[in-house]
Amino acid sequence: MTSLTPESEADLADIVVSADTPFHVHGGGTRPIDGPTNGTPLSTSRLSGIELYEPGSLTLVVRAGTPVAEIESTLAAENQRLAFEPMDHRGLLGTTGEPTIGGVIGANVSGPRRIQAGAARDFLLGVRFVDGTGQVIRNGGRVMKNVTGYDLVKLLAGSYGTLGILTEVALKVLPDTATTATLSIAGLDDETAIAALSRALGSPFEVTGAVHMPQAQGEGRTLIRIEGSEASVAYRAAELQKLLAGFGDVLFDHDTTANRALWRDLRDVSAFHDRAGDVWRLSVKPSDAPGVVAKVPGAQALYDWGGGLIWLLVPQGTAPTAIRQPVNDAGGHATLIRGNRNAGVFHPLPAPVAALQDGLRRKFDPHGLFNPGLMGQTA
Amino acid sequence: MEMPRPNQDIIARKADLIARLLQVLPVDAVISDPSETRAYECDALTAYKCPPMAAILPTSTQQVSDALRICHDMGVPVVPRGSGTSLAGGALPTADSVILGVARLNDVLETDYDNRIIKVQSGRTNLSVTGAVEEQGFFYAPDPSSQLACAIAGNIAMNSGGAHCLKYGVTTNNLMGVTMVLMDGTITELGGAHLDAPGYDLLGLICGSEGQLGVVTEATLRILHKPEGARPVLMGFDSNEVAGQCVSDIIKAGVLPVAIEFMDRPCIRACEAFAKAGYPDCEALLIVEVEGSDAEIDEQLETIMGIARTHNPVELRQSTSAEESARIWLGRKSAFGAMGQINDYMCLDGTIPVSQLPYVLKRIGEMSKEFGLDVANVFHAGDGNMHPLILFDANKPGDLELCEAFGAKILKLCVEVGGCLTGEHGVGIEKRDLMVDQYAPEDLEIQMAIKDVFDPKWLLNPAKVFPLQSSESHRIAAE
Repeated sequence: MTSLTPESEADLADIVVSADTPFHVHGGGTRPIDGPTNGTPLSTSRLSGIELYEPGSLTLVVRAGTPVAEIESTLAAENQRLAFEPMDHRGLLGTTGEPTIGGVIGANVSGPRRIQAGAARDFLLGVRFVDGTGQVIRNGGRVMKNVTGYDLVKLLAGSYGTLGILTEVALKVLPDTATTATLSIAGLDDETAIAALSRALGSPFEVTGAVHMPQAQGEGRTLIRIEGSEASVAYRAAELQKLLAGFGDVLFDHDTTANRALWRDLRDVSAFHDRAGDVWRLSVKPSDAPGVVAKVPGAQALYDWGGGLIWLLVPQGTAPTAIRQPVNDAGGHATLIRGNRNAGVFHPLPAPVAALQDGLRRKFDPHGLFNPGLMGQTA
Repeated sequence: MEMPRPNQDIIARKADLIARLLQVLPVDAVISDPSETRAYECDALTAYKCPPMAAILPTSTQQVSDALRICHDMGVPVVPRGSGTSLAGGALPTADSVILGVARLNDVLETDYDNRIIKVQSGRTNLSVTGAVEEQGFFYAPDPSSQLACAIAGNIAMNSGGAHCLKYGVTTNNLMGVTMVLMDGTITELGGAHLDAPGYDLLGLICGSEGQLGVVTEATLRILHKPEGARPVLMGFDSNEVAGQCVSDIIKAGVLPVAIEFMDRPCIRACEAFAKAGYPDCEALLIVEVEGSDAEIDEQLETIMGIARTHNPVELRQSTSAEESARIWLGRKSAFGAMGQINDYMCLDGTIPVSQLPYVLKRIGEMSKEFGLDVANVFHAGDGNMHPLILFDANKPGDLELCEAFGAKILKLCVEVGGCLTGEHGVGIEKRDLMVDQYAPEDLEIQMAIKDVFDPKWLLNPAKVFPLQSSESHRIAAE
């Protein structure tokens, strides 16, 4: 089916007002992790362009369909960046096309730096969107502190286009850093590795990445990223080496170019790109992570966020309960990223929370036009 | 300030309500004697007062749930209250309402340094959260000026910030989970020790919802290890505009201080008299603080002071001791109190894009002459969150109204230049009627639709945030 691609917010609003059948809302279409939805494809990819960029205010306002690559190169020219480090899903999901900022926000996509800097939702200052009745709604703004009215900005982030179609987002950006270094320890088992990462993250040395790749994926490696000025990075690396000495030899690599490539691969879960099987994304308390992984038969894990984020590769067709049960027991949630989406993508919610979610959805999209069937499971 | 007319039917049933509340709450947790309910007649916005019908001080989530269910069944409005430090009137009662105070919910439930979280009951004060973890070298980052007194519940309701949120973010960026009781008594759990929401970001939604969506009884908060050290530098300039330009240049240079605070001359003088911090007597003062090891601090300050020098500062001085740093911050954090000793004042809280600082300061100066009222400016310059203090005389008839008109004009200016009405204090009643200046009717309508979902009877803090005229149809439909 051809996608509808409105060229302006007003066009989009008109399309929604006159609609009598649902839409499958998407940005660049590179993250089809949103499950099956029947409906006319509707893409925001032509609502593109940077509206405002003030490096001295750390603020960027862009239309939702703007390619992430365009934003990143614009920021790089001023030595700034999207600190939440949004993952590129194309390698993992085998998709093509151009990731858009609207898609990043719609799915609240963050990378390894989420553990220190925050998630996409934490950098989102304002939104404009079209609701299910075709009205254009504004919330938040372009300033860093704003408690004027309810925070629909957070609500829209990660709502996968089910509450409204984003047309414009305002983001806080941060300065880029001169040096990226990696500390690594080889051969740790999962429990010990998570303990080492916790020690590093609980230090004053501003760790901006904390990953563990278990033995099963070749050489087991526990990786810690530090960023900043050259002198500061060298100092903190030395302090962390002392702090972590009890865990084994702590190697220091300060080749910024190589480290940036390494952390891009970690961000994009490259380890699972060419591997068959379903991929799940688990969010748990870091110290619970190894125990949860151990309970899933045949699973291979990649731990990010100091253990708080687990990328799990399981044999194709593994029953969702095999993953969801141990996650439920520990407290947390699991999302199916690659696999049969008919089995349910999102983690079922407790009844009172599901009722609130359902109630909100009926208010924002009373006719059920946006991505019907998505994000609606109750436990 | 208009408030809805109290419902006499509800007031007539007060004895019945109290009797039912006493069935689920300890006897000392129900306050209904008019001589005692007076203690809850206002928060830190003392210009408006009204004693509630009753105040309750539950000691558990279950008691909160039981009490809310009773109020829900009887159609009694409930005004949640943290420590009552709101500057926006967020905890102002109506005569037919029950104040639900969380002051007795103040325990630490769990500290977990490996996972860098603390779980507390919501009545615990902001500073005592840090107090519970600082022996291990940890702290809770959001630091509103009222942190000695203000409760986590109120921090969540208003999404409080503080001087150091330029680096660490505000409450919503440091809140990981809550136990929240809905108006009908339903107990919900949102978030927890893990990151990001499984469904919609309801945690993000309730943070800053001013106690209108539910009553938070427990919170899981992110804690961080304290930095090795921190050092402020004082920068004095002979004009507000130059100070504003310096802020923008520092941010643009790629160093991110933990705090950039701004004070103008009236404020500098009051704070200096109070704290003896050694502030220079000049038009505009910046306090810029960076963190790290000594060498890291030296490196950052070298860059920052280099930028400051290009703006011809009249003073440029690093703190030389922990004691001096403490005094510098004491001065800044006491700004409101120090001004209060010499004048009545109204504190505003608008946020503007940092690039607009020089223009907005100039306009505030012009308006000050127009209204004949002095203004002292103190604010978080790094993130554009302004706190102009308008000085007035509460005993002079008409001065409060003049001051409010002036304040409204400043806030409208904030909106005009791309900012907002409130950066961290909340809307409450204070800025309620200005919401139409920031938001179109449909923008407000969808926010009120959210309240319809969480609190269909519009009983939780109903007269706040939304102009009464805007919310009227929702409140009537709810009856």
